[in-house]
Amino acid sequence: MQWWLPVQASTFAPQIDGIFTAILIITGLAFVVVEGGLIWFIFKYRERPGRKAFYTHGNVKAEYIWTAVPAVVMVGLGLTSNHYWNEIKGRNSVPPNAYPIKVHAKQFEWLFTYPGPDRRLGTDDDITEVRNKLHVPVGQPVVLEEESEDVIHSVFVPAFRVKQDAVPGMQIRAWFIPTLIGEYDMGCAELCGMGHYKMHAKVTVQSQADFDAWLAKAAQGDIE
Amino acid sequence: MRKVGVAGAFAVGLMALAVAGSGWNGAQAGATITGTIKFTGAKPVMAKIDMSDEPVCKAKYQAPPTKEDVVVNGNGTLANVFVYVKAGLPATYKAPAAAAPVVLDQDGCRYHPHVFGLLVGQTLSIKNSDGIAHNIKAKGVKNRPFNISQPNTMTTPRTFTASEVMVPLECNVHGWMKASVGVLPHPFFAVSGTDGSFKISGLPPGTYTIEAWHERYGVQTATVTVAGAQAKTQDFTFAAH
Amino acid sequence: MTTVAATHDVGHGEHAPSGFWRKYIFSTDHKTIGIQFLFLSLFFLLLGGILAMQMRWQLGFPGKPMPGGGILPESMAPGGVILPEYYIQLVTMHGTFMVFFAIMPLLVGVFANFLIPLKLGAHDMAFPRINMASFWFAFAAGMVMLASLFVPEGAARAGWTMYAPLSARPDLSGAELGQKLWSVSIVLLGLSSILGSLNYITTIINNRAPGMTWFRMPLSVWSLFITAILGLLALPVLSGAAIMLLFDQTIGTHFFDPPAGGQPLLWQHLFWFFGHPEVYILILPAMGMVSDIIANGSRKPIFGYHSMVFAIIAIAFLGWIVWGHHMFMSGMNPTLGSSFMISTMVIAVPSAIKTFNWMGTMWRGNLRFHVPMMHAVAFVAMFVIGGLSGIFMAATPVDMHIHDTYFIVAHLHYVLFGGSLFALFGAITYWYPKMFGRMMSERWGKIHFWLTFVFYNLVFFPMHNLGMAGHMRRIYDPTQYDFLKPLQPLNTFISVCAFLLFASQAIFALNFIISLFRGQKAPQNPWLDNGLEWTLPNPAPHGNWAQIPSVYRGPYEFSSPEVEEDYLPQTRKLPTDREPAVLSSGAPS
Repeated sequence: MQWWLPVQASTFAPQIDGIFTAILIITGLAFVVVEGGLIWFIFKYRERPGRKAFYTHGNVKAEYIWTAVPAVVMVGLGLTSNHYWNEIKGRNSVPPNAYPIKVHAKQFEWLFTYPGPDRRLGTDDDITEVRNKLHVPVGQPVVLEEESEDVIHSVFVPAFRVKQDAVPGMQIRAWFIPTLIGEYDMGCAELCGMGHYKMHAKVTVQSQADFDAWLAKAAQGDIE
Repeated sequence: MRKVGVAGAFAVGLMALAVAGSGWNGAQAGATITGTIKFTGAKPVMAKIDMSDEPVCKAKYQAPPTKEDVVVNGNGTLANVFVYVKAGLPATYKAPAAAAPVVLDQDGCRYHPHVFGLLVGQTLSIKNSDGIAHNIKAKGVKNRPFNISQPNTMTTPRTFTASEVMVPLECNVHGWMKASVGVLPHPFFAVSGTDGSFKISGLPPGTYTIEAWHERYGVQTATVTVAGAQAKTQDFTFAAH
Repeated sequence: MTTVAATHDVGHGEHAPSGFWRKYIFSTDHKTIGIQFLFLSLFFLLLGGILAMQMRWQLGFPGKPMPGGGILPESMAPGGVILPEYYIQLVTMHGTFMVFFAIMPLLVGVFANFLIPLKLGAHDMAFPRINMASFWFAFAAGMVMLASLFVPEGAARAGWTMYAPLSARPDLSGAELGQKLWSVSIVLLGLSSILGSLNYITTIINNRAPGMTWFRMPLSVWSLFITAILGLLALPVLSGAAIMLLFDQTIGTHFFDPPAGGQPLLWQHLFWFFGHPEVYILILPAMGMVSDIIANGSRKPIFGYHSMVFAIIAIAFLGWIVWGHHMFMSGMNPTLGSSFMISTMVIAVPSAIKTFNWMGTMWRGNLRFHVPMMHAVAFVAMFVIGGLSGIFMAATPVDMHIHDTYFIVAHLHYVLFGGSLFALFGAITYWYPKMFGRMMSERWGKIHFWLTFVFYNLVFFPMHNLGMAGHMRRIYDPTQYDFLKPLQPLNTFISVCAFLLFASQAIFALNFIISLFRGQKAPQNPWLDNGLEWTLPNPAPHGNWAQIPSVYRGPYEFSSPEVEEDYLPQTRKLPTDREPAVLSSGAPS
């Protein structure tokens, strides 16, 4: 049983999990105050014969406090989150040397194109249409060049905390740095038709040597 | 002696009338057109199909399967060519009722058969022998398109209401899976097999336009005239390009 | 500001209708129309629940034949096993029926119609015939949507959010007629909402009784007023988008079709520009009615009435500039993501203000836990969870992980079910005597409350964990994914609890129906409340008052030192009260 967030397999994961945990603490405190308060009031102020409620229309000072405190917290949270948002999704956030992999999304498969030894997509040595297998080298930036053939799909790798919709008519980039060698799952995170649940790809993070070896075999049409 | 001769002639005449009056029984009489689909030019190398992500299907093969767009047989003939009567049947012709459903089987993540014919109104039994999720999308133009899924072992019947050559079928989960069905109002069609030959039998006498369709190499037509129980040969040649 | 109100007894000229058809079917009486909406919406609430139970069957027991599934056609569930294309129809139609045909009409169609004239001291709505038209458009919309379940190829299946191009192209969705009918139904529904909003806004501005100033209106009416403005401005956007979608589906336009120059993101912007105000339409009336009920149950004035009003206005205003938070991952310019994130963080603040004010109302009160109060307090408790979970998704980096997962499903059900639906259970129970002249059973109401509360939390709280683990939405078979296989027992647990939750609603249904005939006859003011409606007999007569009453105070004067009882109706005149001045135009001072 998995109660918490998945394994952290990219540099984004600890950052995002950190924000998640911070929000959990803040909201957890709010939760305890509100729910605890409600339960306490339910018992302490329940109707008893001869009691009368305290006749008041409010307290302006209390209003200021419980307006200002949430406002400050929320704006602070927003600004902190925005810092990481710009790093992850900003227009200029993709590292210039990122290893490009094309993701062609279609109903209902993922077709990956790997750049050949020249590390550039769109050239003759590309290894095209690798089905449902995303191999990436550990420790290096990778950028997915996403496109869709038909409807909106969405690349989602929970272990990387990476998600980006693939929209027909648009070329969208999503980057990450894998940090943990292993095998992970990729799913489609935008309803795309009756086969939406079948758009499952395997993501393999490998050492540079293993990755190169796999890529060489894939170039021969020997995909494993 | 003369009486026997007249009676005999009368009996033969009655029998002939009986046969004629019983309606055209295509299966037991009629002309036949046979032929071979030849292939000239360099045999194209078909890409291997990567089934590594579908182990249930991959396990069904010894050698890796290849794409089926072009299947050139060992004897230099072309398989999966749909040959059919395009024109020439009398206006009064009525096809016999379809006997049994045609089975389209998804086995090893491939359609079996790859190319086939179906009568208008005949049941197509779409069978999933793989037990894994397939969807079947029929991209008809004259026939209403449909898109249905089969998440595990099951059989779904469908029918087609209009004559259409050909209706493409595909699976979207496995992009290499493609088939083509020719829906016709008559049973005079055949598909070239592993020896490149085809045979259309039971034809009423007449002059027919025969068309041979291949999914990559297009169509070729020929005119054939048959009478009685004749057997005629009509070959087609497709060239690599 | 001086306000104009028509307080002359104008409604009096209209004779009470006779004959079954004019009285019950083609009625222009706001109360009858409200009750018509009630029966229509409760039907769709039940239908939405039935669709959800089928979804939960497939998720809890993937690929197994569903009990009773044999009655479904082979195209949906051969041998009772739900097909993937049927599953996504269930997902789509559950959301569609619940949002558009259950919760929205229950909150607005029922309670705006029923309560506004009664709580303001008016004979009826400003435009009774337009009001009747509003109901019948909603009815027609509902019938079209219902019909779409039964057409060849089945219903729409691109999610209630109906993203294009999947929704626009039948070659991609597999459904043609069902998708078109969805668009048609939504256009009709939009028309119903717009007509309703016109009435509510006009009535509230113009038809208040003498002395019913803006800041003496109950929060239920304030929230319905603001909601009506939201509806008037937002529904045309939805209808416009639905018409564009219908054109793409029928007459060959390509607004949303990229190969022909269209843009999928255009649909999303249009839909969510409507869709975000829509979710505030779905919560504000609930908040308003909860305020009324909590003040009553606490026997105390609402804490911070003016703050509560400003919070409603703030939520509504901010609600227009947050829509992009549904689109953080859509491929939209990331800079827009930043601006939408900030506005979304800010919109949490007025909801927090409201929560603290509800708690302030209960603080040092004399809490009476009648069934509506139980639901209202549960509303606060559950809505808070929904609101807090929203903060996670507002933080854009976190949203990258939880967008389109069950974390979102948990959030939306905490605010729509834990929030709106609990408020509705309370509100229906509270105003039932006014509608039908009888009381619902208190005992069965409490049993229903507890069963619903327990099972509801068991169903939806674990969905947060599913989402954290990365469980995507709208997935027919989670066991296809290795990382989801360990979570499957939780899916099964949720499904079983969901079946029990659904079964528990039979108690509410039976309580509702049986009480219509066998419920205890209601006293005039069973909850000892201050609102104007409780000065009328139960059920209230056509035209409401023969003589419009005068209003002397706000609606929340509970435990006032001026009187011995712990409540003080708005229309009760004390020796110290002056008559509200009525100008020659009929406006109160």
